[in-house]
Amino acid sequence: MEIKLSLPLNDEVIEKLHAGDNVLLTGYIYTGRDAAHKRLCELLINGEDLPFDIQNETIYYVGPAPAKPNYVIGPAGPTTSYRMDAYTLPLLKKGLKGMIGKGLRSKEVIEGMKLYKAVYFGAIGGAAALISKSIKSKEIICYEDLGTEAVQKLYVEDFPAIVVIDSYGKSLYDR
Amino acid sequence: MRSVDTNLITENIKMLLLNASYNIGDKTLNILKESCENENNQVSKSVLQQIIKNDEIAFNEQIPMCQDTGMAVIFLEIGQDVNLTGKNLNDAVNEGVRQAYDEGYLRKSVVDDPLFDRKNTKDNTPAIIHTEIVSGDKIKITVAPKGFGSENMSAIKMLKPSDGVEGVKNFILDTVKNAGPNPCPPIVVGVGIGGTFEKCAYLAKKALSREIKEHNKSEKYAELEKEMLDEINKLNIGPAGFGGNTTALSVHIEYFPTHIAGLPVAVNICCHAYRHDSIIF
Repeated sequence: MEIKLSLPLNDEVIEKLHAGDNVLLTGYIYTGRDAAHKRLCELLINGEDLPFDIQNETIYYVGPAPAKPNYVIGPAGPTTSYRMDAYTLPLLKKGLKGMIGKGLRSKEVIEGMKLYKAVYFGAIGGAAALISKSIKSKEIICYEDLGTEAVQKLYVEDFPAIVVIDSYGKSLYDR
Repeated sequence: MRSVDTNLITENIKMLLLNASYNIGDKTLNILKESCENENNQVSKSVLQQIIKNDEIAFNEQIPMCQDTGMAVIFLEIGQDVNLTGKNLNDAVNEGVRQAYDEGYLRKSVVDDPLFDRKNTKDNTPAIIHTEIVSGDKIKITVAPKGFGSENMSAIKMLKPSDGVEGVKNFILDTVKNAGPNPCPPIVVGVGIGGTFEKCAYLAKKALSREIKEHNKSEKYAELEKEMLDEINKLNIGPAGFGGNTTALSVHIEYFPTHIAGLPVAVNICCHAYRHDSIIF
């Protein structure tokens, strides 16, 4: 059974999510991976505003492939999340509520998710062509010079994911 | 001597990279399907079904199966009776990479300086090129575009001769265990044993250009490949790391003579997008 979730998230919804839940996400998400995270954190360190309001938002760790003509976007599967761990706490503190990626997270990130009430979704690594079918629009928000690593705002419909780490710190990877 | 214009190398590199990126190939697809049937964990079974569906979409629509279309790893075997004409060989290879990634809607994932500027080269060059001179007047090109989710989970260790077979087995298993869900399992595991520090890393990579499930010609090493596949599939990492008995699809081991004091081992992990293609001409 899949749980249909509308984005942006809020605390009430997040509290009901548990590791292992299959979800279908509908709404806006932001893309961001290594280089964009580095820039976002540098802004926060310097006390500057982020280029978009991150409150209650969800970031998808992805660097899409280029779109063929008549495609909204190219294949767009998740990248490995641990590389964003070093930049995640300041974003959670700013109100980031959802992250979509694949793979393990650090203890610090998990503690931060408990403290600030956030959820980590897993998408299937390498199912990029399939996942791209649930992305309905894209718009570059900032860092266009980074190419595939630019921050984009995507509208997704029934984006398939699974709750990997919930706001209680429970992880689907723990066995 | 047989003359070959390096333009032909450019054309073939482009064609092979596009095919490898869009088409997983029947062998790997059939092994994924077999694994799906044999997978006990229901969540993981559904992951495998989605991976199979993904690979079918990629082939039918001629789009990359994964957004990480990798760094282009190219193996060249050039007969010593071939006289290459035209532009420089490495330039010809990189031109093929440039054309494939640009015209084929593949992602450009290469940065020029690894440490300081990390500026995207915007055409996915340079390729990693391994050239070997062999007998005859033929050229063999193998392309193996390599994603870095799995590349990052690879490891190398200089074991002692006394660590022996058990030491090698433990290192392979530890590397796969530590990688956990990160490298997009089910994975293909390439292992290099022997040689020197850099030679065993090269062997591990070369092992990943082999056809899936094709065993080493040495019976002992083939047995070790089978044993390691069984052991890895008992780790309960499973597809996407959600548990189950499909953690690896195949284990390939290559070996080479080494020094009396050494036992180098390298483990190069590849995700389920086991992409490679080759041509002889």
